Amino acid sequence: MTMLQDPLIRIENVTFFRGLRKIYDNVSLSIPRGKITAVMGPSGTGKTTLLRIIGGQLKPDSGSVFYEDRNVPKLGRGALYELRKRMSMLFQSGALFTGMNVFDNVAYPIREHTSLPEELIRTLVLMKLETVGLRGAAFLMPSELSGGMARRAALARAIALDPELIMYDEPLTGQDPITMAVLLKLIKELNTTLGLTSIIVSHDVSEVMSIADYVYLVSGGRVLAHGIPDQLKEERHPDVYQFIHGLPDGAVPFHYPAGNYLEEL
Amino acid sequence: MLVKPISNLGRSGIEFLTALGRALLVLLHALIGRPQFKKHFPLFVEQLYVVGVQSVMIIIVSGLFIGMVLGLQGYNVLVQFKAEASLGPLVSLSILRELGPVVAALLFAGRAGSALTAEIGLMKATEQLSSMEMMAVDPLRRVISPRFWAGFVSLPLLTFMFSVIGIYGGKMVGVDWLGIDEGTFWTGTQASVDLYDDIAQGWIKSVIFAVVVCWVSLFNGYNCLPTAAGISKATTQTVVHSSLIVLGLDFVLTALMFN
Repeated sequence: MTMLQDPLIRIENVTFFRGLRKIYDNVSLSIPRGKITAVMGPSGTGKTTLLRIIGGQLKPDSGSVFYEDRNVPKLGRGALYELRKRMSMLFQSGALFTGMNVFDNVAYPIREHTSLPEELIRTLVLMKLETVGLRGAAFLMPSELSGGMARRAALARAIALDPELIMYDEPLTGQDPITMAVLLKLIKELNTTLGLTSIIVSHDVSEVMSIADYVYLVSGGRVLAHGIPDQLKEERHPDVYQFIHGLPDGAVPFHYPAGNYLEEL
Repeated sequence: MLVKPISNLGRSGIEFLTALGRALLVLLHALIGRPQFKKHFPLFVEQLYVVGVQSVMIIIVSGLFIGMVLGLQGYNVLVQFKAEASLGPLVSLSILRELGPVVAALLFAGRAGSALTAEIGLMKATEQLSSMEMMAVDPLRRVISPRFWAGFVSLPLLTFMFSVIGIYGGKMVGVDWLGIDEGTFWTGTQASVDLYDDIAQGWIKSVIFAVVVCWVSLFNGYNCLPTAAGISKATTQTVVHSSLIVLGLDFVLTALMFN
């Protein structure tokens, strides 16, 4: 597959435990440069954990995570913080700083990492806000934003320093169809116009498949299937089929394991 | 059957030491490193306002009432021995040595410490700390450190205010209300209060309490479970732990200093 020849990120044989529970069992996957890669799977399979492992917030128990040629878990604090300037993450809640307005939130990473004059920062921030359609909301406080607007504001903050990589953590969860469409459009456009590499973690199958270039399906600590969206739609493996088509019963049973129903009655 | 209590004891011991180690690491990470004055000083000033200035009212009112009660109770006992002239030394020594540092620290833990824990806990629960980390901004340096230093500077100053107002409260009751001679009150106070033994040692206590209360509050917030119940537990723990540590340490410090 040509798109995997020059991956930005390579995850190799990663095993990760949370307490005694094995979240990832010897997982390997790679994230192609300049593409939108979706990581999908049922809730609770550790998709967000995967993003945190890539960002170096969590260390795997074994295995390597290469960002280009750098092994993230082995980086020292300074090198890790330096690397994080090149990546960005959109949190599920948006994670805007509640004490600052939208403008200051977007300006925050620029002010922290550059010594640009305030006038230039203003121009940059307004440009980023215009991209996400929130220039008019620059002076609102996060508490005054709707859920969708908060995510767009957080997206503007995430692209403030023009990163190479954006990781989206469940960007569509709990959004109405219009907001979902807006967010999908933004993710796609940003990826194309800024030449970003994007990773979307989500379980909104059809929406994410519509913009993703490559899809990984993870479940039970393993990669169940991967490929371009059309390949996955054709996949007949029962687990994959049930998830992609959203069937209530199948490889993942509808019923939580229990004793005999009649006997219990 | 003895195994269970012993293993429980061992587990609590290990958990306590782990928490202590983590708390120490958090504090060291927050405090050690090259300060960037241009970025960090405004944050420090902002926190000085939130943690220090906003605690002034409770400190002043409590100081006044504690001084007044001390004056009243002291007078009632001393007057039986015709020793009411010693009210000045009684009030000022009790406040400068013990009540000032201890009560100010307890009030500070309740007012500012709990607020710090809740604020940081909520920042953690809403992923603000994580998002800072991902923006390559160290939350320990950016969030914890200015709050620590603000508390470290504020509490000794608040203690100083508490003591001054408390002594004045004692004077109000003793002199203005119960009629002790003002000259006697102040001369007695001046003669018995020593700059090093009483004022400086009280100040040393308040500096130590400031470190304890800030450390406990910030660590509890940083380490809490990011849920509503977790934040509530952490906030309670801050007040309980810092109060107990302050009271325990006060005894140790008094034993060391005044023996």
